[in-house]
Amino acid sequence: MKTAIRVDNVVKSFGTGEARTQALKGATLEARFGELLMIVGPSGCGKTTLLSVICGTLHFDSGRIEVFDHDLSTMTTGQITRFRCQHIGFIFQQFNLIPTLTAVENASVPLLLNGRHQRDAEAGAAAVLDQVGLGRRLHAYPNELSGGQQQRVAISRALAHNPRLVICDEPTASLDAATGKKTLELLKERALQPDRCVIVVTHDSRIFPYADRIVEMEDGHIIGIHDDPKTYHHA
Amino acid sequence: MLHIALKMLFRDRAKYAMLIGGLTFCSLLMGQQTSVFCGLMMWTTALVRNVSAQVWVMDAKAEQANEVIALRQIELVRVRSVPGVAWAVPLYVGIEQARLADGSFQNIQLIGLDTGTFTGRPMRLTAGRIEDLLLPNAVIVDQVAVEKFRRKGITLQVGSTFEVNDKEARVVGICHVSRSFLGQPYIYTTYDRALEYARSQRKMLTFVLAEPVSGVSPEALCDRINQLPGLRAVTLDQLFWETIWWYIRNTGIPISFGTVVLLGIVVGVAVSGQTFYLFVHDNLRYLAALKAMGARMPLLSAMVLLQAFFVGFVGYGIGMGLTAWFGNAVLRAEQPPFFMPWQVPAFVAAVILFICGFSALIGLVKIARLEPAVVFR
Repeated sequence: MKTAIRVDNVVKSFGTGEARTQALKGATLEARFGELLMIVGPSGCGKTTLLSVICGTLHFDSGRIEVFDHDLSTMTTGQITRFRCQHIGFIFQQFNLIPTLTAVENASVPLLLNGRHQRDAEAGAAAVLDQVGLGRRLHAYPNELSGGQQQRVAISRALAHNPRLVICDEPTASLDAATGKKTLELLKERALQPDRCVIVVTHDSRIFPYADRIVEMEDGHIIGIHDDPKTYHHA
Repeated sequence: MLHIALKMLFRDRAKYAMLIGGLTFCSLLMGQQTSVFCGLMMWTTALVRNVSAQVWVMDAKAEQANEVIALRQIELVRVRSVPGVAWAVPLYVGIEQARLADGSFQNIQLIGLDTGTFTGRPMRLTAGRIEDLLLPNAVIVDQVAVEKFRRKGITLQVGSTFEVNDKEARVVGICHVSRSFLGQPYIYTTYDRALEYARSQRKMLTFVLAEPVSGVSPEALCDRINQLPGLRAVTLDQLFWETIWWYIRNTGIPISFGTVVLLGIVVGVAVSGQTFYLFVHDNLRYLAALKAMGARMPLLSAMVLLQAFFVGFVGYGIGMGLTAWFGNAVLRAEQPPFFMPWQVPAFVAAVILFICGFSALIGLVKIARLEPAVVFR
C-alpha cells in the first residue's frame, strides 16, 4: 500500500527550563492509504501529541512530517490550516458537537468551512447522516441524542467533506462497550477507503482488533509497530 | 459560517436575552437621560427661542438670557444710533406675581413687547389675536398659565381677569410657547404696560432687540454695538449657547445626569461585556474544534464580531425605541423635559459600538490565544 503519512524522527517538547518535558522523543512511523492505524499506549506516553503534530494543530521542534507528500515543516500556519480544512476530518473524544446546532448543522460545518453554500452543505451533511443511520434525526440537537448517536454525528461531520485523512482521538472513551464496537464498525465501514487513511488514538483494548496495524508508544518513543492486531495484547 | 454564528447566539437563549437586556437597559438609560438633559437645557433657552430676535443687546455684565440686569431707557436710542442697525426695539422681561381671583398668588414671567411692532411675539396663538394686546389691560397667557391656574381651580380663557401687582390684567389670547426653565407661565403684554405692571425701578429696559440692515451680518452688527460702553450685543445663536454653557458650568445638572449616563455605560460594560465573555468562554471548546477543523482567525473574528454587533444592534434598537416611546409620552404631558437631537442616538450608538467592540475584543484575544490542539486534551 502507498504511504500516506511519513513521520520521521519527530521531537516535541513542552515548557521551558527545568519544567521542560519531551513528549515526543524522535518518533518515526508511516501510515498507509486504505488502512486504519491505531496509536496505543498508556496515558501521557505522547499519543495525542503525535496525533496533534501529524494533523498540524501543534508545531513540532525537529524532525519531518509529510502528509500526502506535503512537508508540514515547510508550510506556514495559514497553509497548514487550509490543508487541514480540505484534507482532514476530526473525531474527538468528547465529540465537540456545538450544542446549539442541530445534527445536520453540526455535520455541515466542514463543508461550510470549505466554501460550500448553506443549502448545499446541509444537503451533503444530511446524505452522510443518512448513511450512518441518522436520517430521521437530522434536526435533533446533541442533547436530544444518545452518546452513540452523537458519535455518529461526529463521524458524519468528519466525513462530510470527504477528507483523505481521518483523525480520531479516543473515539470510544465516552461510550459503553457495545456502542464503542458499533462506532468502530461504522468507522471502518464508512471512513476506510483506498484513498483515505484513518488514524485512531486509543487505549481501549476492546477496539484493537479493528485496526490494520497498531503503533505502540511509551514515554515519547514508538516501541513497536504490530502488523497483526488480532494477536496484539497490550501489557 | 456567519449564519452558524447567529444560530449559536440565538439558541443560547439565556445569554442572548441577558445580552439584549443589558444593552437595551444601557441604551435606554443613556438615551433617556441624555434627552432629558438636553430638554432641560432647552428649557433654559426658552426666552431666546420664543423671542427669536437676530441681535440681543444687554448689560455688559449679563452672562446669559435669564440673567436680568436692567438698562437705562437711553440705551435703546444709543443702539439705534449705531450704523448698520435697521431697527431696534425694547423688550421687558421680569418675574412678577399674579394674584388670582381666589386670592392666591402665582409667579409669572412678564414679557413686554414693543407696542408698535410686537417684536418677539408668540408665534402660535391658540386663542385671540396679537393685535388685541393694544386693548386696555390686555395680556396674552401661555398654555402653562392655563394649566397652572386650572390646578388652582380657575379656568383661564379669553376674557378672564387677574391682577399683576394690584393692576388688572385681562386675557385677550392664549399662546403656545416653549416653557421656561423654572416653569413660570409667560404673560405677554406691551412694553409700556409691562412697565406699569412691574415694580418701578430706575432702570427698566431688559433687552434691546435689533436687526441689521441688508448687507451687514448680525455678527458684524454685534461687533459695532459692542464698541458702546456698558453694552454687550450677541447674536441669537451666541446667546442660546452662552445660556446653555452657563447652566452647564454653574449648576450641578450635568454632573447629576452625567453620573446616570456613566452608570448606564458601566452597566452595559459590566452586564453585556461579562455575559458576552461568558458566551465566548462557554463556546471556547467548540471554537477550538472549529479552529482544528480549519477555521481561520479572520473567519472566527467575523463570527464573534457579528454576534457582538448583532446583539448591540438589537439592544440599541429596543433601547432607543423605548426612549422614543418615553419621549413621545412626556412630550404630550410637556414634562419632564425631553429633547432628542440626532447627536443623542449617535452618542448612544457610539457607546454601544464601544461596548460591543470591547466585549468582542476580549473574546477574540481569548480565541487568538487558543491552540487548536486543546481539543485533544
